[in-house]
Amino acid sequence: METWFHAVSLINERCKGCTNCIKRCPTEAIRVRNGKASIDGERCIDCGECIRICENHAKQAEGDSLAATTGYRYRVAIPAPALMVQFQKGVRPEQILEALLGLGFDRVAEAGWGADLTTVALKRYLKERYHAEPRPLISSSCPAVVRLIQIRFPGLIQQLAPIEPPLISAAKLARMEIMKQTGARSGEIGVFFISPCPAKITMIKNHYGIEPGVINGALSIRAIYGDLQKLIPKSDSITISSRLSKIGAGWAGAGGESRAVGIGNLLAVDGIHQVVDLLEEIEMGRLNDLDYVEVQACNNGCVGGALTVINSFTARMRINQLLSDGWLPPPDPALAAQADTYYNTRFFDWDYQVIPKPFQRLDQDLSSAMEKVELIEATVRSLPGLDCGSCGSPNCRALAEDIVLDKAQIFDCVFKLREELSRHAQELLLLAERKPPAMGTSTQESGEKQ
Amino acid sequence: MSWIFPPGGIFRPMERIYPIAGGDYEASGEAAGKIKKLLIQLGLAMELVRRIAIAAYEAEMNIVIHAYEGELTLRIGRDLTDARVRMRLVANDRGPGIPDIDLAMKEGYSTAPEFARRLGFGSGMGLPNMKRCSDQLTIISTVGKGTTVTMDFTLD
Repeated sequence: METWFHAVSLINERCKGCTNCIKRCPTEAIRVRNGKASIDGERCIDCGECIRICENHAKQAEGDSLAATTGYRYRVAIPAPALMVQFQKGVRPEQILEALLGLGFDRVAEAGWGADLTTVALKRYLKERYHAEPRPLISSSCPAVVRLIQIRFPGLIQQLAPIEPPLISAAKLARMEIMKQTGARSGEIGVFFISPCPAKITMIKNHYGIEPGVINGALSIRAIYGDLQKLIPKSDSITISSRLSKIGAGWAGAGGESRAVGIGNLLAVDGIHQVVDLLEEIEMGRLNDLDYVEVQACNNGCVGGALTVINSFTARMRINQLLSDGWLPPPDPALAAQADTYYNTRFFDWDYQVIPKPFQRLDQDLSSAMEKVELIEATVRSLPGLDCGSCGSPNCRALAEDIVLDKAQIFDCVFKLREELSRHAQELLLLAERKPPAMGTSTQESGEKQ
Repeated sequence: MSWIFPPGGIFRPMERIYPIAGGDYEASGEAAGKIKKLLIQLGLAMELVRRIAIAAYEAEMNIVIHAYEGELTLRIGRDLTDARVRMRLVANDRGPGIPDIDLAMKEGYSTAPEFARRLGFGSGMGLPNMKRCSDQLTIISTVGKGTTVTMDFTLD
């Protein structure tokens, strides 16, 4: 079995064993056992829904610390465009970039700048595949959705547009630039993403962590937010310029990617549960009038990431303000031409494979699987159907599956346990009333007999 | 029909019946959804699951749009003639029946009412889709009584 890193993890001592997270998880990956939540790594897609719902802050996302970025001759930060709207009104992107330099980074390359490259590549790819079936093509820029497709909709893998997301385009291009300008070797350059969500940290750690020739790690926005706040300089002392275009910046919010692509019949869907509904429809072939769908696990898009700081609606509004206030330029035509050339050299192709990992299969053998289905359905019928979650499984059906797969027992259900106790109590009562033959029957009865 | 649904054998055969109410657009697609989930749990290849789920959905919608009531019946068993594992999906309804089956099989031909078309149904692709998705499809229909559509799929 592969070892897959997950950014999302549990802080055991904070977990009270409540059942809020098990109900919210889109892949039913969490169970509460022995009073603590436990996450099934095979099913977890690192969407961060459990981080958001947990009132005890018992879920966390492990990214790199600032200390992990040291030890390189050149330290490069790749800030997500979502970072640009996390601060007070009126703070410009340049001020935030300057603050990143203040943290110790030598360079910054905005993921929104990489988005201008990815946009060109996506347009090319969509044109090439315009008449290809099955449709629609599905965006692969949200890694939580890619993982969701791998495990829950493996039949749709072939519909994913296999184009590197903006942050990887930015990382590749920034590394190339530095090597060209300074003659530095790749190993002397440390490239770190500033992430709005756990899913992107997971993607970086798994696909690029082993051989860090593209990107070396990822820090969450939350992890550095406090320090950044203190380092935001006054707007008149800026030395750095932003390369964010109004197309690239738009990728931070829901709908920005499809606006950038701008060709064909497009749809943008945000929020993991809505994405699940959409993928169900696509899988049934009912949306084949569409050419391309933008799909993002977080409500409001990346600005709603579980590791951001400000409210996602405020953030989305700020993105809209940023796009409409006229400061941001259109994408650089020279960069677009460069992207066009890179596309031919397979610069944007995935460096990894997305393979099916279905988890719903009950058994390798069809006839055993059929038996298990029968058992599950019989078990579901015997359960109360309240989906209360007290058993630690998200609903009665999930408990039935857990029971049949030997991961739970029928008396984990509090109602079944009550039933059983009541049966035993009645039996005990009957036993207690019984007397040995030598002592005769009860007085009342003997009275009747007389 | 050349294959036999055995009452026993190596396989304990499986049967599921999903009742469908005519005109119940709100619940439409539920039976097909349940069938899809079942097939995924059985571990069938995704392409096969997709084919069967589409066929089941079209059959379900035909009952919702045209009939008074009906049911989808799913059976999985081993075909004694060639020892392959097969699934038979039967859509049986009490409804108006189909006067001209050849015409009904033509792509784009539809007798769905106007309001159903406004909902996006009744594009005349139902039966052709069912035929395309299944290994074999047969229709028996009596005008004024109802229709039985039988579809077979090879699972192994």
